[in-house]
Amino acid sequence: MHPAYSVIFFTTATGAGYGLLALLGILAGLGLVPPDLWLGLVSLGIAFGLIATGLLSSTGHLGRPERAWRAFSQWRTSWLSREGVASVVTFVPAGVFAWGWIFLGRTDGWVAAAGVIAALGATLTVIATAMIYRSLKPIPQWYSPFTVPGYLLLSWTSGTLLLVALQHVFGMPSQMWNMGAILLTAAAWIWKRASWRRNDAVGLPVDLNSATGLKSGTVRSIEWPHTEENYLLKEMGFRVARKHRLRLRSFVEMAGFAVPMALLVVALFTPVIAAIALCVLAALIQFSGLLVERWLFFAEAKHTVTLYYGRE
Amino acid sequence: MTCVPAATEKSLGLVIDLDVCVGCQACVTSCKEWNTGGHMAPLTDLDPYGAKPDGVWFNRVHTYEQETTQGGRTVHFPRSCLHCAEPACVTVCPTGASYKRTSDGIVLVDESKCIGCKLCSWACPYGAREFDTDVGVMKKCTLCVDRIYNDKLAEEDRVPACVAACPTSARHFGDLGDPQSAVSQLVAEREGVSLMPELGYRPTNKYLPPRDRAARTADMAAPYLSEASPQGGFLGWIDRVLSN
Repeated sequence: MHPAYSVIFFTTATGAGYGLLALLGILAGLGLVPPDLWLGLVSLGIAFGLIATGLLSSTGHLGRPERAWRAFSQWRTSWLSREGVASVVTFVPAGVFAWGWIFLGRTDGWVAAAGVIAALGATLTVIATAMIYRSLKPIPQWYSPFTVPGYLLLSWTSGTLLLVALQHVFGMPSQMWNMGAILLTAAAWIWKRASWRRNDAVGLPVDLNSATGLKSGTVRSIEWPHTEENYLLKEMGFRVARKHRLRLRSFVEMAGFAVPMALLVVALFTPVIAAIALCVLAALIQFSGLLVERWLFFAEAKHTVTLYYGRE
Repeated sequence: MTCVPAATEKSLGLVIDLDVCVGCQACVTSCKEWNTGGHMAPLTDLDPYGAKPDGVWFNRVHTYEQETTQGGRTVHFPRSCLHCAEPACVTVCPTGASYKRTSDGIVLVDESKCIGCKLCSWACPYGAREFDTDVGVMKKCTLCVDRIYNDKLAEEDRVPACVAACPTSARHFGDLGDPQSAVSQLVAEREGVSLMPELGYRPTNKYLPPRDRAARTADMAAPYLSEASPQGGFLGWIDRVLSN
């Protein structure tokens, strides 16, 4: 599938933003968030910033972005519509949470309750985003039980790494959260490898015999309907060479998981100033790794229509 | 509205005869021509005479070679929207631009609502939908909805352009929801099939598989010539003389 940069940035940024928002909301619910003004401004600013720029970026892949408001209407049947509704609805409790924390200087009571509801909204939005892909039968790499948990794990991992970085910057480092971030990143890494293994083994859900109705024998494409590539081949027939795929996967494993984990481990043992730098670096490096992971998510996906053009 | 209707009054669709299609592309070009005006028109062509032409077509004809125990055969395969009974392209649409009509089951795109997110083309396993880069919306076969109900045309012309154009009568149009209709009877008689039935979209259009070789050979060939050389008499002697 053709990787659209606007969608890649959108899902990675909103994943991290919603992950951070969900964590802040739940922590507030548990009474663990100090009502510090700057902590509130920066952490919610980063969360809202990631979410808002991600959502705006997603309109960049539309043919008619000026009509994007119509996308909120079909929530009864469409996961894309549900994602839009969930993202906008989540802004309400998130806004209340932010207002209470930043302008009223409190993170308890109804502010905390708003935070918890925002956490729920954030999680539902990430699930809806993942379901858009998970529900597409013609694309076996996406139509998989690995897709939704994968999106959630990557959202929580990137959100937790941002949280750990913020904790260090604001002088509240926590060994427990640092180790939690390491474990979560390890879990996401394992899940990613398992997803790749499953995706490499799965073929298309039908064969060319079924696609053409020519049930017996072998069917072979000998002539395309057109000499040049058309929209279908450009959008659904995108291919990436195996050696590039493998190299990019290595980059994802290094930048998305291994290096951030290593930096966090080192940060457990270094003095505070160095630890701040290491945790911020870990979050930034992971973001770059996740952008490549999302690019591969698209590039490695295959669609049944390519069968008609003689591809497996 | 992107809820799929539980039932439609009619199920209009096409029946494509793979035994008879010769791959002439007349259906392809007549569809393109008809859609220079009317619903969903015009179908954009970018750089048509240049190095990288790209355009929107509703109907495309592939060519395959099928090899069975009976030998090999070339099969020309027209591919266009199958107007499925449970179209995924309708339910995934976030704006309601993609819809299935309750009156006749035709699946259409409301061009004024489409935002060009392309999700419907991802959801369709058959590649029925294409993105028009010029106007930024998705387009697909309309089953010539602007032709089949058009009372400015003579009654016999109120069929889809592709059906009218086919020189070998490989394309048929009718109500596949009515078991007594000509197309339904044709499907029953020739054991017409749905494409990718295991995916569960229940396509309305049906494809008639090529007939078995054994069912149509031998008695079409010319009879063997009878023995040419006479045995006896004057003619037999002439034959022997001339054969030396």
